[in-house]
Amino acid sequence: MAIDAGFVGRTYPPTAPYLVGREKIREFARATGQHHPLHHDLTAAGALGHHDLLAPPTFAIVLTMSAEGQAIFDPALGLDFSRVVHRSQQFTHSRPIHAGDLLSVTVTVAAVDSVGGNDVLTLSSRVATVQGDQVCTAVSTLVARAA
Amino acid sequence: MRPNWDDVQEGSALPERVVRLDRADLVRYAGASGDFNIIHWNARAAVAAGLPDVIAHGMLTLALAVGTVGDWCGDPAAVVECGGRFAKPVVVPDDAAGVELRVVGTVGRKCVDRTVRVDITVFCGGEKVLTKARAVVRLA
Repeated sequence: MAIDAGFVGRTYPPTAPYLVGREKIREFARATGQHHPLHHDLTAAGALGHHDLLAPPTFAIVLTMSAEGQAIFDPALGLDFSRVVHRSQQFTHSRPIHAGDLLSVTVTVAAVDSVGGNDVLTLSSRVATVQGDQVCTAVSTLVARAA
Repeated sequence: MRPNWDDVQEGSALPERVVRLDRADLVRYAGASGDFNIIHWNARAAVAAGLPDVIAHGMLTLALAVGTVGDWCGDPAAVVECGGRFAKPVVVPDDAAGVELRVVGTVGRKCVDRTVRVDITVFCGGEKVLTKARAVVRLA
C-alpha cells in the first residue's frame, strides 16, 4: 500500500522533554564499544573542557527513534511496521550532546516514495533544547517491504 | 596521537577495526538505545518478517563505524556529521561465535574549514553491510 504523498511536510508535536543522563550515556557508549573517557569519566571530561559527560555521535537516536514512532505508528499514514527496515540514517550536529541536556524532538515527514512496490518513508527529526536552541538534525529513511 | 588537519592526506586509510557481535551484544544495544524491535532478538519474528534470522540493529553497526572515526581523531566531540546506508542485514546466529564486522575507513576529502570527510564501509563475511557511510570531523 502506497503512502499518501500528501503527508510530506506533516510535522508532529514536539516530544516531552528528555533529560540526558550520565548513566544512559555510559550505557550507550558501552553497548557500542566506545571507550573514550569523555563518555565515561567526569574528571577526564572536565579536563578536556567539557562541563559533563559527552554523548557518543549517534546517541541522538535514543530520542529520535522513539519520537519517530509518532509517524511510524500514525494510523492515518498506514505504514506496516511489521515489515519495516531501517534503510539509512544521518546526523548533523550543531553542537555535541552532554549529560544534563533537556531536549525535545520535532518530527517532520520529509519524503514518501514507492520503490519496486516498497514504501519508503523519510523522516527528519529536529533535536533542540527546551529553550529552542538547535542541537542536532537526524534524518531516517525507513522501508516497508512489500508483503 | 591526534591527527592534525595539515598533516592528514586524502586517500589515507584509518586503522582497520574488527568487531565481533553476538546475540548478547544485540540485547545490550536494544536496552541502551530503546530499540526493542523484535527482529533484533526473536528468530521466529525475524523469519516471519522475511529475514534469514535475527539481525543486528543497523544503528549498532553505524555506532561502531563512527566510533572508529572518533578513536582515530582522538575526540568524539569532533564528529559534526555522520551517517550511512544499511545495505545488507547483519545476520547474527544464535551461537557463541556470533559474527565478525570489519570497519574500513579512508580520508575522503579535506575541506577548507579544517574538517575532513571520512568514508567508511563495514564488511560482514565479505559483503558490504554499511555503505555510503561518512563522518565529518573537525580537526585541530
